[in-house]
Amino acid sequence: MNELIQAVGILSAISAVLSLLMVIADRTIANYGEVTITINDEKKLTVQGGSTLLSTLMSEEIFIPSACGGRGSCGFCKVRVLEGAGDTLPTELPHLSEEERRNSIRLSCQLKIKKDMKIEIPEELFNVKQFRGVVARIRDLTYDIKEITIRLLEPAEISFKAGQYVQLETPEYELADEPVYRAYSVSSAPSRKDLVELEIRRVPNGICTTYVHDYLKEGAAVTLNGPYGEFFLRDSTRRIVFIAGGSGNAPIKSILSDMAEKKIGRKALYFFGARTTKDLFLQEEMKAFEGQLSDFTYIPALSEPAEEDNWGGETGLITDVIDRRLDMGEETEAYLCGSPGMIAACIKVLTAKGIPEERIYYDKFA
Amino acid sequence: MTFLGAFAVFFAAIFTNNILLTNYLGMCSFLSVSREVKTSVGLGAAVTFVMAFTSAINWAVYHYLLVPDLVYLRYIVFIVVIAAFVQIVEMIIERVSDVLYAALGIFLPLITVNCAILGVSLFMVIREYTFLQSFAFGLGSGLGWMLAIIAMAGIRRKIAKSPIPRGLEGAGITLIIAGIMAMAFVGFSGMITLG
Repeated sequence: MNELIQAVGILSAISAVLSLLMVIADRTIANYGEVTITINDEKKLTVQGGSTLLSTLMSEEIFIPSACGGRGSCGFCKVRVLEGAGDTLPTELPHLSEEERRNSIRLSCQLKIKKDMKIEIPEELFNVKQFRGVVARIRDLTYDIKEITIRLLEPAEISFKAGQYVQLETPEYELADEPVYRAYSVSSAPSRKDLVELEIRRVPNGICTTYVHDYLKEGAAVTLNGPYGEFFLRDSTRRIVFIAGGSGNAPIKSILSDMAEKKIGRKALYFFGARTTKDLFLQEEMKAFEGQLSDFTYIPALSEPAEEDNWGGETGLITDVIDRRLDMGEETEAYLCGSPGMIAACIKVLTAKGIPEERIYYDKFA
Repeated sequence: MTFLGAFAVFFAAIFTNNILLTNYLGMCSFLSVSREVKTSVGLGAAVTFVMAFTSAINWAVYHYLLVPDLVYLRYIVFIVVIAAFVQIVEMIIERVSDVLYAALGIFLPLITVNCAILGVSLFMVIREYTFLQSFAFGLGSGLGWMLAIIAMAGIRRKIAKSPIPRGLEGAGITLIIAGIMAMAFVGFSGMITLG
């Protein structure tokens, strides 16, 4: 009996002493304290050191793309680390080219934060967030295009550049076995940080568009992430030509609202292509921009106006109308949004008019 | 005399009774980490450090806490002490060198079950070493293990450019080399012998 107590006592005492040592070690050796991460020379984060850069940024709601979940096998989570990192680790080497190593590119999932760090990430990623919101309004713009207004709840504000898009989540339903994301351009102005307005055209059997048109109701909860994309007004003094068809109006509307608010007076033309008057929408709003902007003309064009439409405006294929009406020359930027076929056809017309291809911007949502 | 004894034990542990090459303990990490000299030095240093201190700690624990009634607890106690010590060493390496930490990877926590380390503590009991001798034995065994793995890494660097019969590539040729190295180390055995 005595020996039993002795054995258990000794073993427990040894374990207790060792546990105590471990706790002390964890508090001292493994404690890296608070460190500051400076992102793009502007934003400073104060975080607890010791974790990987990827997971730390994620907990600060900065989403670096990562497909493998931080195992170091996908190589997506590259970040430029200017200060505060040691040598490149053997686990990173398979994913980094010679040039990337010279440019201090690191895999953020392998790199642990131990001291103050200076990093660079694309501005775009900086802003990408997951948003929860509620459908505030759904209205029919045409027989097949709906305008969805989403009021953001968590986070309550989004900052984006006019012309960028978000990805809307379609939850599981009849046509989707798992949540599906589809990209839609934001049509509301960036100044309205509390809401996101989308123009969504019904695509026959489209997973997301069917959900939006047939299932989504006002008051429903929605999830989206963003903003993404390089389709935004470039900062220059060049003249601008906008070309859109159907729901491709959305980013242009956002850009125009933004220009009106910022009083950007660049000469601008907006060609909007549709088949009949049934496909036209928001005509007053678009026309109203002519008053709000100093040098803006809205040119809707119908390819097949019906007899009863009494259409007095431009008629013909959008490419023909552009060919007829556009005379702005080389110093022009073009912003296109529509079907891939329309974009390809318009690029031809625009380059023939002397606009260099690198100044023709578009989002291709195939 | 005890000092001289400890010195003899120290040298014997490195050369004549090299724990890796005469007892063949600690083979797992010896085979896996000996691809590069740099990582071999790192792991060798970590093993040496752990061996020297765990043998000293275990000597004290054994002689002051376990002798005479509880010596049968030595396996579990030694293992727990080694595990805790390795954990602390791991934290230190992570703090000091990211590159070494990433290079050692899983082998660092695996030192916990490196049989050479438990072997050192058990030999120390069997051979009835004094405290000083135990520490010398631990330190010597660690340095001996390090010597062997660095030598192996050097040989493997040359071997990488040599034509090896296909069936012997990798672990096969490494084990044969380890055997030849062991025979070479036996050449020291006339110098000092351990009980």
